[in-house]
Amino acid sequence: MEAGSSSGSGGVPQPLPAPSMRSRVFYRFTQQNLPACKPTLTPVSVITTFLLIGIIFVPVGLVCLRASRSVVEIVDRYDVECIPEQYQSNKVAYIKDSSIFKNCTRYLKVQSHMKAPIYVYYELENYYQNHRRYVKSRSEKQLLYGLKYKDTSSCKPQELSNGLPIVPCGLIAWSLFNDTYSFLRGATVMNINRKNIAWKSDRDHKYGKHVYPVNFQNGTLIGGGKLNPNSPLSEQEDLIVWMRTAALPKFRKPYGRIEEDLNAGEVITVNLVNNYNTYSFGGKKKLVLTTSGWLGGQNDFLGLAYVATGFSCILIAILFALIHVKIPRPHGDTNFSPWNRKSNAS
Amino acid sequence: MASGRPLLIPSPKTPTSPYSQTGSDPPPHPDPPPIPLPSSSSSRRSKLPSKSQNSSGGTFSFPTELRASKRSSSSSSRQPTTAQRFPSRRSDSMTGSQRDIPDSEARFVYVNDPDRSNQPTRLPTNSIRTTKYSILTFLPRNLFEQFHRLAYIYFLVLAAMNQVPQLGVFGRETSILPLAFVLGVTAIKDGYEDFRRHRSDQTENHRSASVLSDRDFVPTRWKDIRVGQVIKVHTNDPIPCDMVLLSTSDPTGVAYIQTVNLDGESNLKTRYAKQETLKHGGVPTSGLIRCEKPNRNIYGFHANMDIDGKRVSLGPSNIVLRGCELKNTNWAIGVAVYTGRETKVMLNSSGAPSKRSRLEAHMNRETILLAVLLFLVCSIVTILGGIWLHVHRDELNDTPFYRKQDFSDREVGKYNYYGIGWEVVFTFLKSVIVFQVMIPIALYVSMELVRLGQAFFMIQDDSMRDAATHKRFQCRALNINEDLGQIKYVFSDKTGTLTENKMEFRCASVRGTDYSRTGDEDDDNGYSTIAVDEQEWKPKMRVKVDEELVQLLRSGEKTEKRERARDFVLGLAACNTIVPLVVDTEDPRVRLIDYQGESPDEQALAYAAAAYGFVLLERTSGHIVIDVLGHRQRFDVLGLHEFDSDRKRMSVIVGCPDKTVKLFVKGADSSMFGVIDKSRNLEIVRATESHLYSYSSIGLRTLVVGMRELSSSEFVEWQSAYEKANTALFGRAGLLRAVAANIETNLQLLGASGIEDKLQAGVPEAIESLRQAGIKVWVLTGDKQETAISIGYSCKLLTSDMTQIIINSHSKESCRKSLLDAIAMTTKFSASNAARNGPGDVGSSKAPLALIIDGTSLVYILETELEEEIFKVATACDVVLCCRVAPLQKAGIVALIKNRTSDMTLAIGDGANDVSMIQMADVGIGISGQEGRQAVMASDFAMGQFRFLVPLLLVHGHWNYQRMAYMILYNFYRNAVFVFCLFWYVLYTAFSLTTAVTEWSSVLYSVIYTALPTIVVGILDKDLSRKTLMKHPQLYGAGQREERYNLKMFILTMMDTIWQSAAIFFIPFLAYRHSTVDISGIGDLWTLAVVILVNLHLGMDIFRWNWVTHASIWGCIVATAICVIIIDCIPVLPGYWAIFEMMKEGLFWFCLLGIIFVALIPRFVVKAFTEYFFPSDIQVAREMEKYGSLNAATATQEVQMSSYSNSHQRIP
Repeated sequence: MEAGSSSGSGGVPQPLPAPSMRSRVFYRFTQQNLPACKPTLTPVSVITTFLLIGIIFVPVGLVCLRASRSVVEIVDRYDVECIPEQYQSNKVAYIKDSSIFKNCTRYLKVQSHMKAPIYVYYELENYYQNHRRYVKSRSEKQLLYGLKYKDTSSCKPQELSNGLPIVPCGLIAWSLFNDTYSFLRGATVMNINRKNIAWKSDRDHKYGKHVYPVNFQNGTLIGGGKLNPNSPLSEQEDLIVWMRTAALPKFRKPYGRIEEDLNAGEVITVNLVNNYNTYSFGGKKKLVLTTSGWLGGQNDFLGLAYVATGFSCILIAILFALIHVKIPRPHGDTNFSPWNRKSNAS
Repeated sequence: MASGRPLLIPSPKTPTSPYSQTGSDPPPHPDPPPIPLPSSSSSRRSKLPSKSQNSSGGTFSFPTELRASKRSSSSSSRQPTTAQRFPSRRSDSMTGSQRDIPDSEARFVYVNDPDRSNQPTRLPTNSIRTTKYSILTFLPRNLFEQFHRLAYIYFLVLAAMNQVPQLGVFGRETSILPLAFVLGVTAIKDGYEDFRRHRSDQTENHRSASVLSDRDFVPTRWKDIRVGQVIKVHTNDPIPCDMVLLSTSDPTGVAYIQTVNLDGESNLKTRYAKQETLKHGGVPTSGLIRCEKPNRNIYGFHANMDIDGKRVSLGPSNIVLRGCELKNTNWAIGVAVYTGRETKVMLNSSGAPSKRSRLEAHMNRETILLAVLLFLVCSIVTILGGIWLHVHRDELNDTPFYRKQDFSDREVGKYNYYGIGWEVVFTFLKSVIVFQVMIPIALYVSMELVRLGQAFFMIQDDSMRDAATHKRFQCRALNINEDLGQIKYVFSDKTGTLTENKMEFRCASVRGTDYSRTGDEDDDNGYSTIAVDEQEWKPKMRVKVDEELVQLLRSGEKTEKRERARDFVLGLAACNTIVPLVVDTEDPRVRLIDYQGESPDEQALAYAAAAYGFVLLERTSGHIVIDVLGHRQRFDVLGLHEFDSDRKRMSVIVGCPDKTVKLFVKGADSSMFGVIDKSRNLEIVRATESHLYSYSSIGLRTLVVGMRELSSSEFVEWQSAYEKANTALFGRAGLLRAVAANIETNLQLLGASGIEDKLQAGVPEAIESLRQAGIKVWVLTGDKQETAISIGYSCKLLTSDMTQIIINSHSKESCRKSLLDAIAMTTKFSASNAARNGPGDVGSSKAPLALIIDGTSLVYILETELEEEIFKVATACDVVLCCRVAPLQKAGIVALIKNRTSDMTLAIGDGANDVSMIQMADVGIGISGQEGRQAVMASDFAMGQFRFLVPLLLVHGHWNYQRMAYMILYNFYRNAVFVFCLFWYVLYTAFSLTTAVTEWSSVLYSVIYTALPTIVVGILDKDLSRKTLMKHPQLYGAGQREERYNLKMFILTMMDTIWQSAAIFFIPFLAYRHSTVDISGIGDLWTLAVVILVNLHLGMDIFRWNWVTHASIWGCIVATAICVIIIDCIPVLPGYWAIFEMMKEGLFWFCLLGIIFVALIPRFVVKAFTEYFFPSDIQVAREMEKYGSLNAATATQEVQMSSYSNSHQRIP
């Protein structure tokens, strides 16, 4: 550190030494004299800032609210109603009994006009897809390379079945959601497009194009849906969607898209197969049909948050201005400075 | 003995002869000539000592004795008639008695027989190694040293815990990475430093020296030199190892060495070869030296030598040490006794002192609070997790996301489940791992880097650079920079610290007559020039002279008055240990006489004598040559009693050309008046005493000179005693002291001198500034009370309106009494002050008190029950002046304050006597001045002048404190925000400690995402400009009151942290609650949000935005985005492409924007309201800086300025 003389300032102390631009900049740097902007809070700047935030945030919030309100959404919880009367007291036994057909019909009334595309989601609640034990129980490399990749210890407890490796392994894949839905508009079957519900990036790069399900759902305990063993993982979009573990215990996952408008007052018939067991841990299942706005689905929160923030900023600005008018403090007035009172304090 | 030694010329030479013959005839006595040019010698001095030669004075325990013993002298004796001469010797005051070394503790060195010398034990060769590590030991040793930090062990334990499968939260690599990074950075830094040391060792080891081998000197590498080898060193060569001198080019065996690399003293010191070894035609090849085992005392050496069947004793004057340079001597031959790492310089090299700053100590307190907070957070998670498990205990095996059982095999096994009890324990441990960043690991590294940067700027600062010596500020301790901003007490040495330690002769009192009227500045009397060989020789320094005294000295008539005056000046010229050096100047006809000596007082006296016409021209071990008013005369130095701090005087016995033998004594008045014969001239003594009083009251340092003519019987008697003492094997120093005390009696008072020690430039202003900054300045000096008080006045420490309390007692009882009086006085004063100034009355200064206390009183006070009283008195006084204090007392006074208050203390001094004080204080500052480098070596910071203390404390100290305090607080905040974000999420994952943020991001968070801006701000941000800080020293109070970092600030920050983390977490949580968002996507949003937020938070608190700050803050945000994107581009990570999918939606951007505003608004509101309605000093000063012209010097202008800005503000 002592070799400071290498700087342009070495040598004579008083005059600014070398005339070259670079060394002058360096000299200013070493003397901590770089040109700098010194923002200070003045009443003007404070009040303007708050007003500005308010003025921007309130309209933005209103726009968001509008976007959210324009989204039409039909939510139908069916997990309780789809259980026949006699099984209501023992839902788990019903869902576990594979001999029973679990068909169920639901009628959805369209409240207002829904413009295509209409997204079909299933929504699960109280389902901790983000549980640590669950999240970790998968093997990314196996999904990509299939049986060529052997180290699947992370997939426990669904690594092996009957001593043989499972593809795709792990709890997540094992618990694949397997309720199915079909929609009738009056008597005609509505087309539901189930392609491209998973991210393209996942289909292209994350799931092997030559990896086929092996030994899947063959164990003593069946967790959920089965996979078509003849179709590569990259085409099993339901699996890909399911494997994107949800962030929160209440989540939606895409099921498909309806590519025709629905009119207000129409009643849609949904034929669903209620296979998936959420009863043993008190989960809820819902079916969601929703249009899409530019800000995603129907959620007023962001708009409200913006409006609230904007209003509180305007309030603060007014408050600040009032106090400032009432007890103004001259800027940079040393008489106001604590050091003049300090002699007693210390 | 005398035969074959042509060293003494029996009679004085004629004045001109030695000079006219110079060069033609090998001079019989050492001739000054090969004298380095002033420029070359100074450049050599300024050359930095190589790393290995940094000796630390830190461990010397008796600084006073050291200084006393350093006064080297040649003491040789010669009977005027028989020309008999004894081996030159020095009194061994360090080694004390001349004890024999037991064989078990001795090292046997066989001259010119290295093989035998290295038997039976192999002694190290002369190669040195200052490196700490070798390639093999680097890793284990460096790690071992680094793990002395408790925090690192904490992180190591966590990383180890993470490797347990049940607790595996992070991947193996990611859990070790942060610690590995921190360790790695430090290791690289240490490794680089070590490599540099290695390189400098290499150059040192490969230097060449001439070593005797078969009657010839052959060049040998330094590292191959072994104990016992005979080495020849030429002029200006560095000494390769510690060696005992055998012979030199000087017939008397004198060698001059410069020890600037060893102890920093730039004057020449004399070392002697023994007469017994000189005889051997220059190159003795046999002999046995028994010396003590290597030790680190550079002023002590103890050995004896068997040569030619005789045993001679060797002392510190016979050894030359590695690190010195040979000067003014053509060559010197010695035998290596200590080599390599056993040399004294190597034994003395030790690292800079290690202290821990106040802020860091407070930081550790808050770290413990954070640990408690961490424990709380973990407990909450654990308890909730336990409850969740308990409530769902029957469902666990049926839930797809929590399976207790493993059905992989035919038998149903357990899957990672050990019962609720164990699960709870694991949850707790896992939560500690997940939330570990609550304790900021990166902070330790950041702090080191920031201190390094701050040190760089302190070193570079031109306002702390000594223009005269071109010396920059030095940071020796790198971990207490911020303490400089919190100093409350400054303990200052006087001589050399407040004053320049450049002594200037001012007044003389000769036989009761005061000669202090000096002529005009410009008259030419200050130089007495002598013509030599058509050259002009003149003393290097001119001294103002009193015309009257000059007249008297030069007057032709031989009066008693004139004789005594001449004796006085002769005493000044002769009674010293000055070595004159004649240096060339640019003008070939003029040469300068430079007086080299260890005491600046002696130099001043020698220059004064020269100015009055008694020019000391030459000194050898046996005689001195003085040009007495134009006539060159030779005086034989028959005996010399060195200065020591007990006697406080020195004396010299001179054989004059007129065959008389005179004893000159000079010393402190207290010791001199005891040995002066007062019966003869009482009125002269009285007059001199009154002169001394008036001299010291104007701040002059006084010395008294006495003389006695010795009769031949007295001389013979003295000489035999002196010889006996000098050759004694036991207790030589004591015996010599007794001999001196015997002869130094019944002196005739010649006169007294007053020497001015000039105040350094800017000292009064600096003290005033420090006082305004609320720092108490205490001066601790060895000077007399009168001198101390007068200096106190001249440096504005004392003012005329001060009430002085003087404690000057000689017994414990009287001390107690005066202390009680003083306490009564202070309470009375404070009461009257309180009565006069009501509590609301601001700005009126209370009547200041000054305490003046002397060392004798302190003896009875320190470390007794009276300490409490002195503490009360001293803290009640505004100024404390301690005079006549011993070095250890200085440390005691510092300890008095340090142990009783929590206030920061700073000690500043320049000499060896300040070392103990410097080491005792919280911050020790060494002045690299005239008195060597011992104070610098012991100090934490070193600088050239006292006045640099003002920019150091007021500007750099203030900045460092503000920056560091903010940085610590910010680092706590930054990591806590992140931890709380993780914590909120854990509440929604069934308390299973899942993190949405990818583990790489959580690892990189404090290392890459947010590290750089805080370091840059910690180094570069300035709350106020240098100008403002210098103009208003009161602003320093912020650091003293710990305004920037305290528990309240910490708690407020933590509350803000909770709000901000809640904003970060809950806005996306609520916005995405009905969406298909996956863990990685929302995790990326949280990552970006938290990084942008903490960086903007920092940006909001930055005072000055320059391009470096801009680059680091925006750069860091961009770098984070890039990192997140890169992580999401890896297909085998679960979050593949998540960030792109998120960014496609408007919701993401609206969330980000919303988070930033919602999170920062509360802080901004609080900041705006407090800064505007409850401004701190600093805030007001910042506004002045921005809106008012700082050139407005007077208060009225400031009022105008403020009213202007007032009207300006009314606009909205």
